[in-house]
Amino acid sequence: MAYSFPEEVLEYVFSFINSDKDRNAVSLVCKSWYEIERWCRRRIFIGNCYAVSPGIMIRRFPEIRSVEIKGKPHFADFNLVPEGWGGYVYPWVIAMSRAYPWLEEIRLKRMVVSDECLELISKSFKNFKVLVMSSCEGFSTDGLASVAANCRNLKELDLRESEVEDLSGHWLSHFPDTCTSLVSLNIACLGSEVSFSALERLVSRCPNLRMLQLNRAVPLEKLPNLLRGAPQLAELGTGAYSAELRPELLSSLLDAFTGCKKLKGLSGFWDVVPAYLPAIYPVCHGLTSLNLSYATIQSPDISKLISQCQNLQRLWVLDYIEDGGLDILATTCKNLEELRVFPSDPYGVEQNVSLTEQGLVSVSEGCPKLQSVLYFCRRMSNASLVTIAQNRPNLIRFRLCIIEARATDYLTLEPLDAGFGAIVENCRELRRLSLSGLLTDRVFEYIGKHAKKLEMLSIAFAGDGDLGLHHVLSGCESLRKLEIRDSPFGDKALLANAAKLETMRSLWMSSCSVSYGACKLLGQRLPRLNVEVIDERGTPESRPESCHIEKLYIYRTVAGRRFDTPDFIWTVDEEGNAPLRIA
Amino acid sequence: MEEGFARNELELRLAPPGDQELNLTHTKTTTNTTKHIFQEKDHNPSLLSLGNSYSTIISHTTCSGSKRVLENSWLNESQTQTHKFSSLDTLNGTPWSSSCSKYYDQQKDMKKESLVAELQNTTEKQQAFLTDASAVKNTDGPNTSQKRTAPAPVVGWPPIRSFRKNIASNNSTKVKVEPKEQKLAPPLKSANEKQVENSCNGLFVKINMDGVPIGRKVDLKAYDSYEKLSSSVDELFRAQRDPSDEKIQNDEGDKLITGLLDGRGEYTLVYEDNEGDRMLVGDVPWHMFVSAVKRLRVLKSSDLSSLFADGRKQGKNRTETAVIQ
Repeated sequence: MAYSFPEEVLEYVFSFINSDKDRNAVSLVCKSWYEIERWCRRRIFIGNCYAVSPGIMIRRFPEIRSVEIKGKPHFADFNLVPEGWGGYVYPWVIAMSRAYPWLEEIRLKRMVVSDECLELISKSFKNFKVLVMSSCEGFSTDGLASVAANCRNLKELDLRESEVEDLSGHWLSHFPDTCTSLVSLNIACLGSEVSFSALERLVSRCPNLRMLQLNRAVPLEKLPNLLRGAPQLAELGTGAYSAELRPELLSSLLDAFTGCKKLKGLSGFWDVVPAYLPAIYPVCHGLTSLNLSYATIQSPDISKLISQCQNLQRLWVLDYIEDGGLDILATTCKNLEELRVFPSDPYGVEQNVSLTEQGLVSVSEGCPKLQSVLYFCRRMSNASLVTIAQNRPNLIRFRLCIIEARATDYLTLEPLDAGFGAIVENCRELRRLSLSGLLTDRVFEYIGKHAKKLEMLSIAFAGDGDLGLHHVLSGCESLRKLEIRDSPFGDKALLANAAKLETMRSLWMSSCSVSYGACKLLGQRLPRLNVEVIDERGTPESRPESCHIEKLYIYRTVAGRRFDTPDFIWTVDEEGNAPLRIA
Repeated sequence: MEEGFARNELELRLAPPGDQELNLTHTKTTTNTTKHIFQEKDHNPSLLSLGNSYSTIISHTTCSGSKRVLENSWLNESQTQTHKFSSLDTLNGTPWSSSCSKYYDQQKDMKKESLVAELQNTTEKQQAFLTDASAVKNTDGPNTSQKRTAPAPVVGWPPIRSFRKNIASNNSTKVKVEPKEQKLAPPLKSANEKQVENSCNGLFVKINMDGVPIGRKVDLKAYDSYEKLSSSVDELFRAQRDPSDEKIQNDEGDKLITGLLDGRGEYTLVYEDNEGDRMLVGDVPWHMFVSAVKRLRVLKSSDLSSLFADGRKQGKNRTETAVIQ
């Protein structure tokens, strides 16, 4: 072509392209498209904060308005990543405060955020609108006070499950009276009481407030007033859902919920007193999302509730629901897409509730749109898994946790290879899989053979040897994240598939059979990988190279090795050395 | 044990890429239905069709001189210390360490040049090993099935977030505290009056005593039994009692308040519950009392004695009338 579109036209066209994959594809067409695209990209997603540096991001994309960054590996959720591992957002915030004065949105997951960071954010970005911190830590309510006080146009403050040092509830009162912009406020993870009057005033003066998730310290008596101040709410997280039985409170609640015509999602429900549940019956029919995973109510009460939620698409619940409740779910909620069943007594040896694999089988039969499952139970059989797989070939996420590690098929006492094999063979679109139970290398053979769309795989206490890992690494073409614990996978499979690691975001292996020598080889040969050995026994150089390391985290990066590692992490560099620690 | 044997034989013989004859693919015996594949049949497991990387690594090590020395010394080192490692590794608790150290056992007998040669042969051997291994594996089930006793607690298993760990026990007044700072407090405030404050620090209720104009507050969370409550009530009010009341004195001259719970003392402990009724302290289990109590009173037993005389068949109104001063 002798001519091309003027830049402005291309830019306009590109503005309709928002998915990262498409944007990346656009930028590879030719140099001029690369240039145009990089100037008009507004939103960036960084799946691993150490895969790229702030400088590289800023140099390529000068006009970013929205950043999403993830830090620690997923197994950090289960205390497998030692304290001090990293994931500090401060370098990013510093760099962005200089380069992106018009930044509007920051979304963080599993990162360490300090109060200084929060203050810097609140003061550096004049048009700052959205702060989402999912499973983050390192900050206190003082940091929140800065955000409340200084962000004039704040729309979203969402603290999802972060660990916040809760100094007092006073921070909420720092929202100025002129703040009317809030759309979403999630403080469910906070412990201390906020000022109820400040909260009520804030809620009632924000006409666009769509999502409000209170913390446990907000008593039920306060809820009716809050709801009356925000009848347009689409998502509500209650505080503690208990009070002494008083008819006037019940009717007040009933009134208030009846007034919430747009309510689609409910959560919270700490300390539920079942007598107050009827207050939410008016909204049940419209609910698409219900999170009862803190509600210690028993199966009959849960069932009564669910039987009214015909439009439910997502249910998170404790195993108190039992097989009976899941049967009711299967018959009532034909639009169900996501089910998560959490254990009420995860460390008990004996079963405390009548929840078995049957419940999941029922739901797989009855809910044709079911695509996402997280299920904790105490027994499973290959036959049930095969049934589930055949019922629901449209599954996208399947995470099964049989609480006892290495549990066999309870009927045949065999490994569960065949069952999980059926899952991957039938569910062709499966993107995420978590395994449990007794598993041999055979299940990995099935996975490598069939799970071509699998992006994330979690393995625990499974497999016989390197062959299993080799099947996964050589067979799973779409694999991006692999996390393994307590499984006998070692050097051979890793070394044989070293190049594969550069096509993935990250690999985590803990309590496996990987030797330090193999790590050194990997680090030497593949400079675009960071090979980080986590070992709290002191430098691996002090032990023989064939000695197994405790934990290993390998990720691809264009930013080179990082320098913020604590003293129990050794990065193998190009010379194959792990740097000496200066004590 | 059979497992150990199998692992010993499960050596991965890796063929270089491009050597097509050596790349055997998975042969299916029969198949049309899904179920068929998952029967416990002996089928030829796939050979490892080798990725380029491994051979690249090996060829690199054979090419670069200095690295060769390193490699040699690495292997030599591992020779002499293999046995030590096996025990070290077993001590570290990984039962699979034997496979690794045995790998190096094999290596120590091979020279650098023969390493590459080693890779180029033995397809049949490999296949045979793997077939043997899978045959053994088929019978593995019962051996490795876990005994259903309480396992030792494992870090991060089952995989649930820390804030989900104590849900069942959180439903009562007490709340589990995570090792970090956070404390969650379920509030029990009644809307009418703040008779009970349940903050992070305790369950404080008002307590008034007949004849004492100024009331006190007690933290019920600090006690776990009626006896402890009773003795602390005694301590609280002992000094404040109406000095003209000379009924009870012990040897030291202090006026003890005893018998609060059994009706035999000069005073009796009563409480107001969450329904507004006045109740005698001590009838219900302690935790039930704590969840229902709104305020406490220490009343003169003489005022209550009429109740006891009439027995408990008197109705609520009669009780209240008798007690109201």
